[in-house]
Amino acid sequence: MPYILFMTQPLHSLSSHFPPRKSRAHEVCGPAAPGFAVMLAGMLDGPVLWLKQGHERGRLHPSALADYADPARFLFGAGKTQTDVLWMAEEALRSGATPLVVAQLSDRLDLTAGRRLQLAAEVGRSRGLFLIPEGAGSNAAETRWRCTSHFGGEDSTQQRWQLIKNKTGTLGDWIIRWDEQTRRVIVVSKTAERADSAPAPG
Amino acid sequence: MSLWFPRLPSERILRQRPVDGPFALTHLSANAQRIYCLNPAAEEQGLSRGMSFSDARALCPDLLTDHADPYADEKFLRLLARWSGRYCPWVGLDGDGLLLDVTGSTHLFGGEGALLDDLGARLARAGLTLKAGMADTRGAAWALAHHGGGLAPAGETLSHIGRLPVAALRFGDQLAIQLQRLGIRTINDLVALPRATLARRFGPEVLLRLDQALGNQPEPVSPAEDPPHYAVRMTLPDPIGLTGDVMAGLERLLDRLCATLADRQTGARRLNFTARRVDQGASQVEVRLARPMRDAARILRLFERGVEGLEAGFGIDQIRLEATEVEPLPFHQVTHHSAREDDRIADLITRLGNRVGLEAITRYLPADSNIPDKSFTVAYAAYSEPVASGWAAPAPRPLTIFPPEPIAGHMPRPPRFFTWRRMSFRVAEATGPERIAPEWWLDNPDWRSGVRDYWRVQTREGRRLWLFFTPQNPGWCVEGEFA
Repeated sequence: MPYILFMTQPLHSLSSHFPPRKSRAHEVCGPAAPGFAVMLAGMLDGPVLWLKQGHERGRLHPSALADYADPARFLFGAGKTQTDVLWMAEEALRSGATPLVVAQLSDRLDLTAGRRLQLAAEVGRSRGLFLIPEGAGSNAAETRWRCTSHFGGEDSTQQRWQLIKNKTGTLGDWIIRWDEQTRRVIVVSKTAERADSAPAPG
Repeated sequence: MSLWFPRLPSERILRQRPVDGPFALTHLSANAQRIYCLNPAAEEQGLSRGMSFSDARALCPDLLTDHADPYADEKFLRLLARWSGRYCPWVGLDGDGLLLDVTGSTHLFGGEGALLDDLGARLARAGLTLKAGMADTRGAAWALAHHGGGLAPAGETLSHIGRLPVAALRFGDQLAIQLQRLGIRTINDLVALPRATLARRFGPEVLLRLDQALGNQPEPVSPAEDPPHYAVRMTLPDPIGLTGDVMAGLERLLDRLCATLADRQTGARRLNFTARRVDQGASQVEVRLARPMRDAARILRLFERGVEGLEAGFGIDQIRLEATEVEPLPFHQVTHHSAREDDRIADLITRLGNRVGLEAITRYLPADSNIPDKSFTVAYAAYSEPVASGWAAPAPRPLTIFPPEPIAGHMPRPPRFFTWRRMSFRVAEATGPERIAPEWWLDNPDWRSGVRDYWRVQTREGRRLWLFFTPQNPGWCVEGEFA
């Protein structure tokens, strides 16, 4: 029976959720959200537009960025207010010139704005990724992830990715690490399968 | 005809700011402020060109001065060249003077003498000192202008310039001095000598200049080219007000402007669209482009947002489009796929930049420095090209970097517990130190606390932070976070 073949990749595997769907807007929260964004950028091709508000003090360091994706692919945009950032994100998603648009938000994303971004992403066939503060997302998001660093022993580079909202599928919870050689995300374990499946601190 | 403005730089300033008494312009040459140009009142006090400024102040304590601006002087001279077009169409620049080929146009002003008088009177009214020479040849006119001025009627060139010193023949001072040492003081003396020996002794230049002055060798006036004009406008018989109509008008203007740009292999960097309303009011839309462009269809799309915001009032009856910033843009093949990708990115940068400012769209370029936050520079994306390599750092760097945030602790070993951003952390492992010394040749206020020992700290909470200790000024700070 040929359709058995489709079962080789279980629905709850990370590869069926990551990279998240094209032509949609997604949300990431948690302290390791920038890591999620650069790993996604590393797995996709083409230029990346990274938007944030001008007064935010943190910035990506290109030497570290080079482990994930070529810094030359990145364009950075700074808006004065969150409205500017959202406007730029919508414009960029709609034009489809960059396959990935990342925006760091500091305020709540309301339903109207979220819906507009979703529509823009559909028109431009590009992915939007919004790094939001905890609990500040909109219902319009296709998926929402919570990313935290995970302590897995000496000098671990592990992260815990929780898929906490998914419009078209199941949720999930993975411990992953980044492989610099192949530029791929490697699943270390599914949290549910671990003996201590208590929520990781951080 | 040759025009010479002996005091052009100072008179340009004095036209705007009249000054009674001695006035001079100074510039820096041979390691001193020296006099560049001065007015007659200053000359009467015994000042001269090239004199050092302190000597001049000693001789003439009430001397007023300003800084010379040769660039503005040249612009002014070009302005004068354009004005002289009223006498003849053939005007060329010649050092600090102008050359006019007035052949065939003198009769319009009542003859050569009348033309000279008219020119002198108009320029005197404008406050300019003029020395003008008119003769059959360019060399002779120059000689007359620079040695007193005057008019040499047709066919009488030699009799008028013959009494002038040999330096009037436009060859270097060195040659003129050599000739004078041999007793050849005037042009008449030079003409009397046999040509063969002259050429053998002084080289071909003396004879060339002499022949040019006497008309035996042609020397045309090359007219200064008009600067290209990148503006088009359209006047409408009936006022318009719909966005679609304005865009249609703009499209026609863009076609004409882009044709001009293509002719000169240039591209517009900044465009200014002015819509004049019937009530004489005007509104403008400015578009700054991320790269020089002359593709009418693409530029038109970038204008959409601005034109929608235009105030039409009772209607628009004149539209004007000007490329206020133009850059060279040679022809190149555009069929390649990657070129289209680049175009889409450039259009996106333009569209974003016209709302938040082109300076807000940046990219990273590698820089040669060990200081973590200076190992890259942030460049405006519209004015730079991406660089693919040069990002390697001597040790791993954190993914996000921020200005240092102090935490408690004074010991050189990393603390076992610490609190940062109101979160407490237990240190599982610390890797380091990596010592980075400040760049002493640059005064960077952030590095006043001296050298830094950087540690990569793995906390039991999961987050990996980049901490540093400043041994010369004991204290700990957090400067970044690894992914």
